[in-house]
Amino acid sequence: MAHPSDRKYSNEHEWVLVQGDVATVGISDFAQDQLGEVVYVDLPSAGDVLATGDSFGEIESVKSVSELFAPLSGEIVEVNSALGDTPETVNSDPHGAGWMVKVRLDDAAQLDALMSAEEYDAFIVEG
Amino acid sequence: MSVELKRTALYAEHIALGARMVPFAGWEMPVQYAGIIHEHNAVRSAAGVFDVGHMAEFRVFGFAAFDFLQGVLTNDLSKISQLGRAQYTLMLDEEGHIIDDLIVYHSGDLEYLIIANASNHEIDFAWLSAHAPAEVELVDESDRTSLIALQGPQALGIVRELAGQGWEAPSRFTLCEALLDTTPALVARTGYTGEDGVEILTSTSAAPQLWRSILSFGQVSPIGLGARDTLRLEMGYPLYGSDMDRTIDPISAGLGWVVPAAKTGYVGAEAVAKVRESGPTTKLVGMTIQGAIPRHGMSVLREGAVVGKVASGSFSPTLETGIATAYVPTGLSEPGTALQVEIRKKTLQATVVKPPFVTSTSLSA
Repeated sequence: MAHPSDRKYSNEHEWVLVQGDVATVGISDFAQDQLGEVVYVDLPSAGDVLATGDSFGEIESVKSVSELFAPLSGEIVEVNSALGDTPETVNSDPHGAGWMVKVRLDDAAQLDALMSAEEYDAFIVEG
Repeated sequence: MSVELKRTALYAEHIALGARMVPFAGWEMPVQYAGIIHEHNAVRSAAGVFDVGHMAEFRVFGFAAFDFLQGVLTNDLSKISQLGRAQYTLMLDEEGHIIDDLIVYHSGDLEYLIIANASNHEIDFAWLSAHAPAEVELVDESDRTSLIALQGPQALGIVRELAGQGWEAPSRFTLCEALLDTTPALVARTGYTGEDGVEILTSTSAAPQLWRSILSFGQVSPIGLGARDTLRLEMGYPLYGSDMDRTIDPISAGLGWVVPAAKTGYVGAEAVAKVRESGPTTKLVGMTIQGAIPRHGMSVLREGAVVGKVASGSFSPTLETGIATAYVPTGLSEPGTALQVEIRKKTLQATVVKPPFVTSTSLSA
């Protein structure tokens, strides 16, 4: 399973894709596969402020619930509200249409603490 | 210390199919293959095949078999006096609490076959052994028996093709012999999904070949325990360990219909009569919830106060909403009653519903 190399990854299986000072956050292909078919996505609102490591939402499948942990800090500028109607998008397109929140980055240096795609691919194999 | 999980005769098949395996009642079982919702929908629309080889099978034979079982089971065995007939029943302790829920088949002259939950295998057999008179033969057939369920609107068509010309499918809640392709089997027209279909008993040695024969039909999907749970919950079928346990009586659990009031003299009968007379204080009800999935043990509230607990909870792929059963005070058990469920840090609205949650299936047609 090779994850896209245009972004960084957290050890909580989120990806971060930066464009300018806005970071888009979602969960990795590995994470959606582990979860199974997603039925509910519980996300915060635009305007909410995240601190790194904060729980910022939940993603629920038939058999499990996973918390979403902020891989960086900043103000949420946009939330993917389409996931309310079609949560299964997280499974079918986790790296694209399955994005969850967009955050205005506090500090781009926070990205250095995240893994590259190769590091993440190795990380998930190690378990 | 790690206790090794048991494997059914079909373990290698599940691995070959890429199943996600999980521990269940001491067994390593497939929870899903393609995905729970996908599999659930496959059963409702076409056909699905389930490995339920972890379940227990007990055979009871003898002139005293009928009286023995009448004395330990709640339902009236004389209702299945015709050979091949089956009934759903309960086994209670002296306090009237449920030891297990079972299906008993009148499998032969002077003979009954009981299919019991894997989680209660040892307890059930010990209980039956303790109550069986010496002249009754009680055999635990589980180790040499495989159980494969085939359920869905297209299930019977597949069984008929495997059984060949001249074989007549048994009617609902009946079993009969069949030669499925080259596999001698007992075919029971029973199931846990709310769809028409069968549960097939065969030898553990023949099971892999039968499983593969069934899957050779393109319209059949392999189904794991995850979808087995969502299917039965949509029908309001209880699951031991989730909807009832050793602290629950049948009346509170809504199972009075398999505990005929006119039948006396079985273990637990007097205790049940007392509950019937005074009326249960709590009842198992169905609920629908939107926004998150209710799960076993979550608190049920009425106007901010905790009044009960979720028994079984899951997602209904057919209704696309959360569904649950819960024990609530009898006064709050009317369909339409507004309650709340505490799901992690949130309080979500729930409505009492009389199961089944899904009413249009190949069985109800």
